[in-house]
Amino acid sequence: MENDNKIILKNVNLWYTDFHALKNISMDIPSHMVTAFIGPSGCGKSTLIKSLNRMNDLIEGCKITGEFLLDGEDIYGQLDVNMLRKRVGMVFQKPNPFPMSIYDNVAYGPRTHGTKSKANLDEIVEKSLKDAAIWEECKDRLKKSALSLSGGQQQRLCIARALSVAPEVLLMDEPTSALDPISTGKIEDLVTELKKDYTIVIVTHNMQQATRISDKTAFFLLGEVIEHAGTEDLFSRPQDQRTENYITGRFG
Amino acid sequence: MREKTNFFKSLKFKRRKPLDFMLFALTWLCIGITAAVMLFILVYILSNGIPYITPSLFAFEFTMENQSLFPALVGTLMIVGLSLALAVPLGVFSAIYLQEYARRGSRFVKIVRITTETLAGIPSIVYGLFGFLFFGGVLGWGLSLVSGTFTVSIMILPLIMRTTEESLKAVPDTFREGSFGLGAGRLRTVIRIVLPSAIPGILAGIILAIGRIVGETAAIIFTLGNVARIPDSLFDTGRTLSAHMYQLAREGTHPGEAHATAAVLLIVVILINALSSRIAKLIKAS
Repeated sequence: MENDNKIILKNVNLWYTDFHALKNISMDIPSHMVTAFIGPSGCGKSTLIKSLNRMNDLIEGCKITGEFLLDGEDIYGQLDVNMLRKRVGMVFQKPNPFPMSIYDNVAYGPRTHGTKSKANLDEIVEKSLKDAAIWEECKDRLKKSALSLSGGQQQRLCIARALSVAPEVLLMDEPTSALDPISTGKIEDLVTELKKDYTIVIVTHNMQQATRISDKTAFFLLGEVIEHAGTEDLFSRPQDQRTENYITGRFG
Repeated sequence: MREKTNFFKSLKFKRRKPLDFMLFALTWLCIGITAAVMLFILVYILSNGIPYITPSLFAFEFTMENQSLFPALVGTLMIVGLSLALAVPLGVFSAIYLQEYARRGSRFVKIVRITTETLAGIPSIVYGLFGFLFFGGVLGWGLSLVSGTFTVSIMILPLIMRTTEESLKAVPDTFREGSFGLGAGRLRTVIRIVLPSAIPGILAGIILAIGRIVGETAAIIFTLGNVARIPDSLFDTGRTLSAHMYQLAREGTHPGEAHATAAVLLIVVILINALSSRIAKLIKAS
């Protein structure tokens, strides 16, 4: 059903100058589900996820063709890029809190989009931190520098920061690759919790992680999507030999 | 694991690890020589100068009987203030453009970079001659505060641009990504995220620039002139401390006052540096 797809990609191609990084990708990303991108390094997972909120705009020589639709609207069309990024939030590979207080980190987004009143900001900050499951750990030190938090806490703070502008889609680019197993577990639980309210796309190198948290999985290889299916199907009955080779650990 | 460097303790490992010890001794020797030279200069200038610092040296007017350094002190502060007011905004904003807005690696950026690097390497007396001929001659400002200010500003502009660019470059791209990812525009990202992180580096550049202005003599004498009085207007001539010192030392009749001026100059520089780092801390805290 067309309505249940948050993002629709049709014949997407992307070049970094001469390098053809994404080859003819078509994919539907269903809303309120977790879609995982798996595949070996350099196969285009991060490139695709970044093109969903136009973070690739910042890269010199990046050329994109094809159709990107967010709720039927063209991502590369009339849509203002800053509004797009408000609707499609992003959590990065390495936690990247700003060098300011925990409170200011979370309030940065709403302030950017015009929220001024202290009461509103307080409310947004508290809600975002609660949703990112870090409120209890930092409610007594909101004025402290965000850099004083541990790596896992910093990443949850970054998730809170992304949630603060009430996005519809949350893109996560290997959010746990720099974290220890306990922090990783917390973030995985969080993702499962968050999909009720948000559509989530997550890039991961960890196949167990994909099976634990995602509903749909897409397998990438050399810029192509080899297989895109329900996570259970893809891992238990892969249709393509290359997918099977990858998930059984024969390469990658 | 880092061992605490205790010189006498280290003598013990001299037998077991001779190479370690040699390198260790070498670093000690180098830091020792550097510190000794600096300390010697500092003590020499202060001990020669301070005995000659008298209240009359700070008299409002310079006369033949009383070689007051007060007009030169005021002239120095004026030149420093005015040229910073001119060069800092220009330099900082140019650097922001080059680093944050311009397409990386574009032809225009390359040309600007080569120009600033070339300008940074030119001896100050060339700037002095240029200022003398262009501001003083062509524009008809003569020996004056404006001529001096413009000349010195051009001189420190490349320095401020370079240091600002370097400190902007040092701000990790992940901060910018984080900000853009939240839907913040470029202006907001630069002002709220990039600049605050870069300010200590920019201030360090400004301090270096102040050092260059205060220490400048040739270009100043060429453009501001060397008349011992406080300029009445922007188009009036004046003198700075270093030019004052040069004058006194050259005439050879007032060596004590020359030394006193050197000491005052040193103290002024120390004060300005302390003030700048205080400002840096205040900005960081807010």
